[in-house]
Amino acid sequence: MAKMTYVEASREAVREAMQADATVWCVGEDLGRGSVFGQYLGLQDEFGKDRVVDTPISEAGIMGAAFGAAMVGTRPIVEMRFSDFALCATDELVNQIAKARFMFGGQSRAPMVIRKPTGMWRSSAAQHSQSLESWYTHIPGLVVVCPATPQDNYSMMKAAIASDDPVVYFEHKNIWGMEGKVDRNLEVEIGRAAIRREGGDLTLVSWSDTANLAIQAGDALATKGVSAEVIDLRSLWPWDKEAVIASVQKTGRLIVAHESVAVGGFGAEVVASIAQEVTMKTPPRRLGAPRSLVAYAPNLEDQMRVTADMMVTAAMEMIKT
Amino acid sequence: MTSTGHNRARSITLLVMMERIRAFEEHACLAAERDKLVLGAIHPSIGQEASAAGIMQALRRDDILLSTHRGHGHTLAKGADPLAMYRELLGREGGCCGGKGGSMHIADFNVGMLGANGVVGANITIGAGAAHGLKLLGSDRIAVDIFGDGAVNRGPFLEGLNWAVVFDLPVLFVCEDNQYSATTQTKSVTGGPGPAARAEAMGLRVTVVDGNNAEEVANAVDEITARIRSGEGPEFLHSITYRQTGHTSFDLAGYRPEGEADRHKAEDDPIARQRGLLAAMGANQGELDAIHANAQEEMAGLIKQAAATSFPPDDTAFSDVQDLGSPIREAF
Repeated sequence: MAKMTYVEASREAVREAMQADATVWCVGEDLGRGSVFGQYLGLQDEFGKDRVVDTPISEAGIMGAAFGAAMVGTRPIVEMRFSDFALCATDELVNQIAKARFMFGGQSRAPMVIRKPTGMWRSSAAQHSQSLESWYTHIPGLVVVCPATPQDNYSMMKAAIASDDPVVYFEHKNIWGMEGKVDRNLEVEIGRAAIRREGGDLTLVSWSDTANLAIQAGDALATKGVSAEVIDLRSLWPWDKEAVIASVQKTGRLIVAHESVAVGGFGAEVVASIAQEVTMKTPPRRLGAPRSLVAYAPNLEDQMRVTADMMVTAAMEMIKT
Repeated sequence: MTSTGHNRARSITLLVMMERIRAFEEHACLAAERDKLVLGAIHPSIGQEASAAGIMQALRRDDILLSTHRGHGHTLAKGADPLAMYRELLGREGGCCGGKGGSMHIADFNVGMLGANGVVGANITIGAGAAHGLKLLGSDRIAVDIFGDGAVNRGPFLEGLNWAVVFDLPVLFVCEDNQYSATTQTKSVTGGPGPAARAEAMGLRVTVVDGNNAEEVANAVDEITARIRSGEGPEFLHSITYRQTGHTSFDLAGYRPEGEADRHKAEDDPIARQRGLLAAMGANQGELDAIHANAQEEMAGLIKQAAATSFPPDDTAFSDVQDLGSPIREAF
């Protein structure tokens, strides 16, 4: 067991994967200087400029070129800098990468990890703060991963690199410095949720940094005599429907909480899927951002946050009914 | 080499390939319009065959090709099996993509053909990247990336060409300029002097050829690909041709100036020009007619064979989506 931060954990996973497989390489802007958040610090010194490639500011170029290189037998790790900027490469990801294997009748694979730092972080305003993970769950061909802890950012990055699928990999910018113990031998299967806290009164489902808030909410609920089961989905496609069904069959109550806008968010998918399978004691709830934009001023930014307190309030309302 | 400076065997090979491409597409168009066997849109390259034949004769089987929605000729000339291509156009089992891609997504990875593309210009960054991958792997293969004149007004043209120059990649970009962006004259929507000037400004070595002269295309590409293979970096070929048909097989192209297409067909058809050249080199009419007849016979037989194949099994609609989280057959 080593102690690592969230950013160190995925960097370590990338480093080990590059040591093990010469076809793994990283491509994106400013990688030689570690990229924006230090995710690549030291990797260019260790592996050279051909395998840790500094590119022009050219998101469509990065995504399209990485895809071409993947089709001839390499395994690129693509850095998009901010998930918002990946929208400049939407055709490359959605029309090309996600579809190639199917359209070409199985002749090709796109073994790529597309890293998209996500979420609200330090007054970054509307073009550097979005959580768009639900968009990608709607695209057949893509895998969507949203790790919330250093252990998962290590183990799931390894799993993502090993996968032959294109994996859209959302790292939350707010928790780069989060510390935790990392077991290098622990494998995490993409599509398997983590039960962060066991409980019998209510199921609280989340992912990414909001899953950490959900644990806080579970702790707060315990002091009020409410036993919440907290599930961190960890990946949204595939997602662990079975784990949530089993939990809600036990608790009869479901809240899904996420940082992204509630309307059209993946919370709606979770709630609808579970409602089709389980008869609940109370109507399920989803907590997400209002359908407005992330602002610069801290007090305005806060208006968009889903907090642990909100989860507690919603849970207490459901318990009382 | 003959006294006219041409290698007769290669000249024959170029004509044979152009006749096969023309026959392939003529039968495909008939299958679309008359027989209703080709169900989706097809984009014929009739009139543009000299590019396909001239470029592909310079490539190895394991070199990489990326093409466009107008890519039947490139694919056939790269070495793909025309029966598998017909089956793909007809959406049948045994199509090169299992009937899942159709004309616009035709691909044959066995011959290095990594896909036509339904999005104009999208293949430019992908082709640069394929070359990037080849370089990383230490391969001596090269990539050829073909797109139309419409693509030079899209962003990937800038991003892909710049990428290739910055990373000094083994790729040939070909702008196969048929003068029309779908149904609009490209010059009417393009600023500045056009594709070659843009590529030159970005640092690529540029060659401009008469794209209806198969010999000129072949000679140029022989030299270019030799330079690229020896590590001299990316290049750009502007191959100027003319699309004799509409945008799709169903498009009657009434938007063209009166007489333009007829003039090109009569005076500038690449197959007629190649026949004329071979006749001047001493080939007799019977030999040239036989090449035409053989191509027509080949494709007529193959499309019949393709039409006799069954549609793909229903459950292949759910295969080859992804490993994780697939197959997805949930009814929500």
